[in-house]
Amino acid sequence: MSVFKYEKDANGIVTVTMDQTGPVNAMNTEYRKAMAETVEKLGAEDGLTGVVFASAKKTFFAGGDLNDLLLAKKGEEAQFMEMLTQIKQPLRRLEELPVPVVAAINGAALGGGFEICLATNYRIAFNHKSVQLGLPEVSLGLLPGGGGVVRMVNLLGLQNALPYLLEGKKVTSEKALKAGMIHETVDSLEELVPRAKAYILEQKDNSAAAVQPWDQKGFKIPGGSANSPKLAQVIGGAPAMLAQKTRGLLPAPEEILNCAVEAARVDFNTAMRIESRGLAYLATTPEAKNLITTFFFQMNKVNGGASRPKGIEPQLTKKVGVLGAGMMGQGIAYVSAMAGIEVILKDISAEAAEKGKSYSEKLLAKRVAKGRMTEEKKSEVLALIKPTAVDADLQGCDLIIEAVFENIELKNKITASTEKYLCEGGIWGSNTSTLPIGQLAEVSSKPENFIGIHFFSPVDKMPLVEIICGDQTSDLALAKAFDYTKQIKKTPIVVNDSMGFFTSRTFGTYFDEGARMVTEGVYPVRADNLGKAIGMPVGPLTVNDEVSLELVRKGMETWKAMGIPDKWGEQNALREVINFLTVENGRGGRHHGGGYYEYADGNKNIWPGIVDKFHKPEFEISDQDIKDRLLFRQVIESLKCLETNVLRSVADGNIGSIMGIGAPLWTGGFLQFVNTYGLEKFQARCAELSEQYGERFDCPQIVADKIASGETFQ
Amino acid sequence: MTNHAYIYEAVRTPRSKGKKDGSLHEVKPIDLGAGLLRGLQSRLDLDTSYVDDVILGCVTPVGEQGSDVAKMVVQNADWDESVAGVQLDRFCASGLEAVNMAAQKIASGWEELVVAGGVESMSRIPMGSNGGALGGDVAFQLKTDFVPQGIGADVIANLDGYSREDVDAFAVESQRRATHARDNGYFDKSVLPVLDKNGLIILEKDDFIKPNTTMEGLGNLRASFEKMGGFGFDDVILRKYNSLERVEHVHTPGNSSGIVDGASAVLIGSEKAGKDLGLAPRGRIVAGTVLSTCPVIMLAGPGPAAKKCLEKAGLQASDIDLWEINEAFASVAMRYMKDLDISHDVTNVNGGAIAMGHPLGATGAMLVSIMLDELERRNLKRAMLSLCVGGGMGIATIIERV
Repeated sequence: MSVFKYEKDANGIVTVTMDQTGPVNAMNTEYRKAMAETVEKLGAEDGLTGVVFASAKKTFFAGGDLNDLLLAKKGEEAQFMEMLTQIKQPLRRLEELPVPVVAAINGAALGGGFEICLATNYRIAFNHKSVQLGLPEVSLGLLPGGGGVVRMVNLLGLQNALPYLLEGKKVTSEKALKAGMIHETVDSLEELVPRAKAYILEQKDNSAAAVQPWDQKGFKIPGGSANSPKLAQVIGGAPAMLAQKTRGLLPAPEEILNCAVEAARVDFNTAMRIESRGLAYLATTPEAKNLITTFFFQMNKVNGGASRPKGIEPQLTKKVGVLGAGMMGQGIAYVSAMAGIEVILKDISAEAAEKGKSYSEKLLAKRVAKGRMTEEKKSEVLALIKPTAVDADLQGCDLIIEAVFENIELKNKITASTEKYLCEGGIWGSNTSTLPIGQLAEVSSKPENFIGIHFFSPVDKMPLVEIICGDQTSDLALAKAFDYTKQIKKTPIVVNDSMGFFTSRTFGTYFDEGARMVTEGVYPVRADNLGKAIGMPVGPLTVNDEVSLELVRKGMETWKAMGIPDKWGEQNALREVINFLTVENGRGGRHHGGGYYEYADGNKNIWPGIVDKFHKPEFEISDQDIKDRLLFRQVIESLKCLETNVLRSVADGNIGSIMGIGAPLWTGGFLQFVNTYGLEKFQARCAELSEQYGERFDCPQIVADKIASGETFQ
Repeated sequence: MTNHAYIYEAVRTPRSKGKKDGSLHEVKPIDLGAGLLRGLQSRLDLDTSYVDDVILGCVTPVGEQGSDVAKMVVQNADWDESVAGVQLDRFCASGLEAVNMAAQKIASGWEELVVAGGVESMSRIPMGSNGGALGGDVAFQLKTDFVPQGIGADVIANLDGYSREDVDAFAVESQRRATHARDNGYFDKSVLPVLDKNGLIILEKDDFIKPNTTMEGLGNLRASFEKMGGFGFDDVILRKYNSLERVEHVHTPGNSSGIVDGASAVLIGSEKAGKDLGLAPRGRIVAGTVLSTCPVIMLAGPGPAAKKCLEKAGLQASDIDLWEINEAFASVAMRYMKDLDISHDVTNVNGGAIAMGHPLGATGAMLVSIMLDELERRNLKRAMLSLCVGGGMGIATIIERV
């Protein structure tokens, strides 16, 4: 029996209900067989008056089979094209049936699922927020190869289709209706199939209802063909607008743009072939492998709790104490209250605590102004935050997060004086970004309940939380921190204790390498711009200005005081540059009035003093070396973290590097990068860099080990 | 070179604003070209059956300028039916490319007498009407980091440290020199008035020049490419020119070449042709070169092209008396002078395209008449002609009086 249930009613309408063997309907071998047979049968059906496509699953259809796509290899493009033809042909035949075909969309239809919908004549969707529609392939380095690009361009016109294709924008039924992607919505699931059938009956005398717009005689693409003068202008500017976002590092949106323009230039069937060639090409690119691996498989692992201890009940946080109402504390208070958690926001004075709360007020007012929140809801959220200067108000918290300055004595003092207010079994979390949890836990009476909960700034925008387990941290404490992170809708990664943990330590190498280049004589702006060129959000010098040079100086002093000034490698260059800027010239960073750069009138200009001091015009270094140095330092540090079990899993390393420190999307994270760069090639390039620039580029042993065992970083 | 390629005559039309209110908008491109050929014929009493070929540069060869406009111009000028015609397109170098190609035909001995020039009615066939992958194929643009050339000109200024005042000052000087040259009759020998079918004058002299240009007036103009740069093109070019923090847009309509209509024609032939027809050569083509440089910044080719040309000719920069660089943008000419370490005193001595305009396919051959006249007027020997060219190319030609 087919996984596509086939039922014909008395009116000659066939309802095809997709019910594949897996948990969802997906475009795999089983689908291809079922769809081909179904279309064959429909073509031969006597007295057919219409077809309804429905789903027996909660979602309508989930999309392509990413395991298949991960296996696509260079040299096998012809087979891949053949597979795409097997997907495209039945869909083409479906839309060419002489009767109306209606999609009854009960749940999400993304990617391949929405491509099936596009091949029907009429699309009716359940009006519910769970019904997400769109073509998100681009986010996985792919393009919609089941006719999605071509049909969207023919349906909406090039200009209107591009945001859905290039950004992978997902929309609800309501928005899809407005955009012209579907034709009708119904308010309950019960109405869906009956309404689809009723529509077919209504069209009994309208033969055009069985013909797709693009198959109608005299059809013109909305907004014109690519050759029209109006679109020529759009086409002329589109590549630059795209390149501004992707910096030329992501092949998928580029290929999609090309296919979309071609779809608006050549005939339907030719465009379909161009689209298949585009996907056959993209599927083999390292970028697609990286994005699929990290953003699909590993993200599911991380969010699915792979790093959470098994067998521990869900730990709901009800009342959180936040110590320190500075930038981090106020952000933690906001995201906690937004998740419905009661917050005690404590600082040394009531004024400081109030000021911390007003941050939430500001953010909430913005949401209200944008129509994203009601006044009532805003008041509710605000009411959850209690600002105070009194320790005793922390009584009964099941979680306390300490977010004061990076100073061991201060942190210890606070732990000792406020720990007692935790409720029975309550957990103490330190939002430190570098200090070892084991050391901080020494003053705690219950070190098993002590854990690191490292937030990123600005807390309300950054999606990651780095959870750090000390030697004595219990599984229960980890589960609590993990569940709290999920509760505030952030992604948790779990790492082991060590100075700087994973993210801060790795990120530090980025601006350390930038400072080294400055002292070597590289023109600072160039080093900075090439950081952006590899896909980092900003250059190494700019980011150092942003996080504050003063903070870096203080951090280095703290480490020195702890007797480990160069714990992860000598930092003489960074020390020299930071001292020159901060101590000698009072340039503490952007928020201290300037650092590497001068900031005025919305522009930044390199501070001439840094150029005068270090720039050597005669110093020669290629762009490629600068780029590789900035990237490899971070990759090597990540590998060291994995090698020494600071990182507990590859998935946490990849997700953490992208969401926490802005690792370039195309790499799929700093560990995944090595897989597609090639382990041997990576080793060889490390050797070159080490030879020329120093032993910090020595390739970590773990790479050789993986090569020896024939593995990659998974 | 086997044979010398002699210049027997060089003429051009006056230039006028390439918009519908320009003086030459009423003139069809084939009439613009044909008028010039007729003028050339009557000035030399030329037996046109002796001419082998007419090569005309035209950068927008569509519509009424399409389909080998050179052959249409030849027929429209009522030249002998034995005369062939070919249109070519090397972007802004087309006119000078036609001259170089004609010289090659003569030097190789394949032909004896050739007309080289160009025709461009920018008012009737707007720039860009012929499309092309450069600014119209998204995959190609992404692959090659295409940016509009004005942004390349701005980046040249930024890299070399030319401020807005510097490029404006260059433009003011171009206007001053062109005004002086025109008003003192320096162009009269070569500029043939454009006539209607009754022989009435439509335009006698260049009327695009703006003699009253001031720094203050230019300073009020808005930078042309700022908006476009903001759409993403600035970021694209900065990826390559990564020592800049941002692009400062300095070029305006006031310090860039003007959009104009115009045509040019140079009669190039062998020694034998001169003897057969009783013509005395005014000069000869010494050498010509093309090359390409970075296509992203696009406009840095002229200096390297001129150097290559000197090397080919076995000459030094000091052997060149006058230099002519097409003023596509002020920074292009300034970069050229910097590349070759030459003074503005001997460069574009009668102004350039900022003042007189740049009729794309015709400009290159116009430089021949302008320089030949000026070498004669000053009794000097040798001149270098150069233009920046789309796609990063550069072209250069050395001419000398004989």
